[in-house]
Amino acid sequence: MIARGKMHRGSALWIAAMVHRLSGLALAIFLPLHFLALALAIKGEAKLESFLRWTDQPLVKFAEGALVFLLTIHLLGGLRVLAIENLDWRDGQKQLATIAAAISAIIAFIFLARVF
Amino acid sequence: MTMRLYVWQRATAALMVPLVLVHIAVIFYATQKGMTAADILSRTHGSIMWASYYGLFVAAASIHAAIGVRNVLTEWSPLTGLRAGRLALMFGLLLAALGARAVLAVVL
Amino acid sequence: MLAELSVSLWRGAKDGRYETYCVPRRESQTVLDVVTFVQRHIDPTLSYRFACRVGVCGSCAMTVNGKPRWTCRTHVAKVAGSGRLEIGPLENLPVIKDLTTDMQPFFEKWQQAQGVFAPTKTRHEEIEQIRPDNPARRLADAAIECINCGVCYAACDTVRWNQDYFGPAALTRAWTLVNDERDAGGSARLQAVAGSGGCHSCHSHQSCQELCPQALNPTAAIAGLKRRTTAAYLKGEIKA
Repeated sequence: MIARGKMHRGSALWIAAMVHRLSGLALAIFLPLHFLALALAIKGEAKLESFLRWTDQPLVKFAEGALVFLLTIHLLGGLRVLAIENLDWRDGQKQLATIAAAISAIIAFIFLARVF
Repeated sequence: MTMRLYVWQRATAALMVPLVLVHIAVIFYATQKGMTAADILSRTHGSIMWASYYGLFVAAASIHAAIGVRNVLTEWSPLTGLRAGRLALMFGLLLAALGARAVLAVVL
Repeated sequence: MLAELSVSLWRGAKDGRYETYCVPRRESQTVLDVVTFVQRHIDPTLSYRFACRVGVCGSCAMTVNGKPRWTCRTHVAKVAGSGRLEIGPLENLPVIKDLTTDMQPFFEKWQQAQGVFAPTKTRHEEIEQIRPDNPARRLADAAIECINCGVCYAACDTVRWNQDYFGPAALTRAWTLVNDERDAGGSARLQAVAGSGGCHSCHSHQSCQELCPQALNPTAAIAGLKRRTTAAYLKGEIKA
């Protein structure tokens, strides 16, 4: 098989929709774990504190940076959908999608820069 | 998707736009200051504001994620609408329960 | 320009295979020319569809190097840079034989989406006066030139993932009728496009809009249907 469906499946807006879906799935998997971690506070402040110190590790911080990226890009992808569905049609959507990805990456990068 | 699910999904999405932005700001603030558990809990304990904010966030996220998961299941798995819906509902209830527990844990 | 082209054509039905043929290269050759050459000079058992061969009927739509397009309007020079071409039937539709698909599901969904004009007047009444610059007419006109070629349907991933989904073409036609003052489809049509398989399954991938040979925008039409159905639902005119 040669040159399989690159044109429309590789287009910026198709990728935007796919990233939106995959980031949503990733966040959905993360959320129960997030809630379980926070609920450590039930056992007292010391439990939560030791968990927070565990998250100080660089690897965990990178994972948190990835989460910030996923949350931001899912939000911006959602705004894309809300805009298409509720506002008048606009051109230049591919550029906007690329800018959205860039903004998400920048915000995640700023997060990482501040915690290291 | 039915009309009801579509409207709830879009409405919770719109509601969460400001909620997420505030949450990102809170996380930036908390992580940069190197806050300890004591710092965080002293702010959240007994706070009606944080209870309401995060309570609302948990409710909206549970509904939104459950409907999203239902869509993914109907399109990417062999499950039919009814079974996908049930699985998604259970997932939504799980999120709501764990989320409520987490909010109560930091607020009470 | 290379003297010859190596072409892989889908042969058989669902459980078929690609077979390779050598076709002489010519200037300004289209993909339809290539398929026609194979059928006329190499293998007369090849099945394929075409009619006008000048890009106005939409009959010759096939999958060319993974992308659904009109073969009579696809120049070989543009798609076969390395001297190789892969041609298959349109996706998302049952294959009858080789490069021909069964368009029946496509048209059945057209009916299910109520893409059918519901008249309100008889020949004995005065003709409805519709101004072309009327906003609703503008919306209908922007979406009306669909000739049912099936390219958007073949390109749509949501059609691929969801058997019930009506697809871009059927929904776009429903949208033109929703905006047609003469039509009596009303909330029944909105109900039809608001149910399972309706407009809400669209994820705005926009493959349809990118590939439509008539430059139509089904994504925008479907977004319009989402707005109308939501408004009707909130007003209690249609059910969940």
